[in-house]
Amino acid sequence: MNFTFSEEQLMSAQAARAVLDDTCTSTQLRSLLTRDEPRDASRWQALAESGLCSVLAPESAGGMELGTVDFVLIAEACGYTALPEPLVEHAGVAVPLLAAAVPQLPLLGELVSGASTLAIAHPVNPFVADADGATALLLPHVGEVHLLQTAHARLTRQASIDPFRRLFRVEWSPSDATRIADAASGVALWDDALDRGALFSAAQCLGIAQRCVDLASAYAKERKQFGKPIGSYQAVKHALATVQVKIEFAKPVVYAAAAQFEQRDVQSRARISHAKIVAAEAADLAARTAVQVHGAMGCSWEVDVHFFLKRALALNFAWGDPLFHRRRVAARVHGAALGPDQTFGDQQTHA
Amino acid sequence: MDLSYTAAQRAFRAEVRAWLAANVPQRPLAHFDASAEGFEAHRTWERTLASGGWGMVTWPEQYGGRGLDLIQWLIFEEEYYRAGAPGRVNQNGIFLLGPTLMEYGTPEQKARFLSAMASGDEIWAQAWSEPQAGSDLASVRATATRDGGEYLLNGHKIWSSRAAYADWAFGLFRAPGSERHKGMSLIFFPLDAPGVTVNPIRKMDGHAGFAEIFLENVRVPEFNRLGEEGQGWQVCMATAGFERGLMLRSPARYQAAAARLVELYRRHQSTLDETVGAAVLRSWMDADAYALSIYSTANRLMNGGTIGAESSTNKIFWSELDIALHQAALAILGSRAELLSEAPDAGDVGEWVGDYIFSLAGPVYAGSNEIQRNIIAERLLGLPR
Repeated sequence: MNFTFSEEQLMSAQAARAVLDDTCTSTQLRSLLTRDEPRDASRWQALAESGLCSVLAPESAGGMELGTVDFVLIAEACGYTALPEPLVEHAGVAVPLLAAAVPQLPLLGELVSGASTLAIAHPVNPFVADADGATALLLPHVGEVHLLQTAHARLTRQASIDPFRRLFRVEWSPSDATRIADAASGVALWDDALDRGALFSAAQCLGIAQRCVDLASAYAKERKQFGKPIGSYQAVKHALATVQVKIEFAKPVVYAAAAQFEQRDVQSRARISHAKIVAAEAADLAARTAVQVHGAMGCSWEVDVHFFLKRALALNFAWGDPLFHRRRVAARVHGAALGPDQTFGDQQTHA
Repeated sequence: MDLSYTAAQRAFRAEVRAWLAANVPQRPLAHFDASAEGFEAHRTWERTLASGGWGMVTWPEQYGGRGLDLIQWLIFEEEYYRAGAPGRVNQNGIFLLGPTLMEYGTPEQKARFLSAMASGDEIWAQAWSEPQAGSDLASVRATATRDGGEYLLNGHKIWSSRAAYADWAFGLFRAPGSERHKGMSLIFFPLDAPGVTVNPIRKMDGHAGFAEIFLENVRVPEFNRLGEEGQGWQVCMATAGFERGLMLRSPARYQAAAARLVELYRRHQSTLDETVGAAVLRSWMDADAYALSIYSTANRLMNGGTIGAESSTNKIFWSELDIALHQAALAILGSRAELLSEAPDAGDVGEWVGDYIFSLAGPVYAGSNEIQRNIIAERLLGLPR
C-alpha cells in the first residue's frame, strides 16, 4: 500500500506544467482565438518536444510505455492552463487505443512524436473533438474499431460555448480496409477508451478547479472595497474555502482511479466514475465561485475565468455525463461488497 | 503508487478480525454518556481491548501499543467498525492527548500517563472552552499560579466532553496577567481533586455528554504541565491538529454507516423516489473519498510529511458528510424517521434519528467549521486576515 506519487512522476508533472505555463499565457490563448486555427503550431511543437505525446505509447513505437498514474498529473496540468490543443485525447486516449489494437502500425511513430494527431469518436460522445486538425480518426462501428484518414470523412463543425473546443459531426463509410479491430476485441478497447477519457477529463477538471480558486484568490487579495481587500471578508473566504474542500476530496479519488485503472472491474470503473462526478462538480463550483468573486469583471470576456468555466461545462458532459457515471457507481454499490474493508476491494480478491 | 495490501497487511487484518469476532460484546453497550453504568461498561471494554494489546496499536509496546504504522492503524479501525465494536470512551485520551504527549511529553510523563490511557484505567476529558472562550480560544481566563513546584488552578471550563464520568482532564491555563496567545500552559488535573466541581450538561440527545468544570485553588504538581511553561498554545494547536486531522474520525466510521445506509435503502427501495437513491450514492461516495484521502495522508506522514491545513479540510468534510448521510437515512424512513428505537412500532428505524441529532454537533465541536474555513482561506489560499 503506497498511495503517493513517485519523485519521477512529480518531476515529470512539474516539467509538463512549466511548458504549459510558458505556452498557455492569457495572451497566447487569446491570440489563437483571433486566428481560428485548430492549433498553435509552436505550442504543439513545444509539448511534443517535451515528450508529452509519448507517455502512454509502447516503447516499440518510440513511447515511454508509462501508466495512467504517470499521465494523470499531466492531464491535470492541461486543465490548469486551459490548454486548447488535444494533448489529453490524443496522447491519453486515442494513441493507447490504437497501440492496443495494432501495436506495429507505422502511423504510431508519427503520432508518438506529435508530428500528427489522432482524434477519437466514442459511442458516448455525439461529436468528435479536434477532428479537423487530426491526420486520422478512430471510429466505432457496431463495436468494431475503424481507423480512417481524416480526408476520407466529411466533417461538420459544431459551435461550442468553449471557444477553444473544436467539435465535429463525422460522416464516414466503414469498410474492411478501415477496420482495425473486430467487435469481439473492440468492446474492451472502447471500454478502455471511455475509462481513460473519463479519468483524464476528471484530472483536467481538478486542474481547472484549482486554477479558478487561484485566480479568484489572487484577485481577492488585490481588489479593495470598503477600504480593505475583499479577500479579508469571511463571505469571500468561506466561499473559496468551500471550493478548496471539494477539490481536496476529489483529488484522492482521481488519483486512486488512475492507480486502479488496470483492474477493469466494477470497483475500478465505479471509482473512475466517482472521480469524474466529483472533479466536474468541483470545477463547476470553482468556476462559478470565481465569477462571483471577480464581480462584474468575472462576467466579462476580458478576465480569463470564463475559459475555465466553459471548459468545465464541456468536460462535465463529455466522456459520460453525470447520470451515466452515477449509474456505474450504483452498479458497484448495489453489486459488490460494501464496508470499511472494501476501500481497495476488487473482483478477484477480498481486501 | 500501489493500492493493494501486502501479505503482512492482509494477515494483520485477519488477526484483528478474528480477535474482534471472539471478543466484541454480543449486545451493544449502554451509551457511555448516558449513565455511569454505560461509562463503566465501556471502561471494561477498553480493558478487554488492552488485554489483547489493541488499546492503541500505533503506540510503542512499552506504553501498551504494538508499534504499528498508520496503514495498520487504518486496517485496525476498518475491522473495528466492521465488527460493530463499542465506541471509544477514551478517545480524548488516546486520539487527542496521547499523540501530543508522545511529541511533547518527558519520558517520565509518558511512562506515567500513556499506559494508563491505553489500558482504560484512566479516562480523559478535554477542557478547552470557557464561557467567554469558544472559537476565540486564546481568550481563556482560567489561571495557573505558580506556587513552588506546584500550580494553583482557578477558573471555569465548559463543554468538556466526557467530563461527567471521566478521571482526568487536560486544559489551557494562563499565567496571571498574561494576554492572548502568550503565557498559556497545557495542564492536566484529576477530576476528583479537591477544589474541582463538575456539573454535567445535557446535550440535545438528553445525555450528559459534556460538563462544566469549576476549579477553585486546585493544586497540581509541575509534573502535570505538558510542554514548556507558556508554550500551551503551540501544544494545544498540535492536539487540535490531531483531532481534526486524522484520528478523531476514522473513515471506517462513515464507511460502516454508508454500508448500513445502503442496506436500509435496499429494504425500502420499492417505495422510494430516485432522488433518495442518488442521496444514498452520494453518501457512499463521500465516505469512500474520505477514506482515500486519509490513506493518502497516512502514507504521506509515513514518508516523513506533516499534517497541515488538511486538518481543516478533513474536519469540514466529515462533519458535513455525517449530516448528509443521516439525512438520507431519514428520507428513506420517511414518516417513521422521528421514531426512537424503543417505540413499539419502530420497525427498522434503528438509531438513525438519534445519530442524526448527534451529527449536528459535528460542524461545531473540534473547532467550528467557520473557523476551519478561515484557516483554509488564510493558510492554504493566502487570503488576508
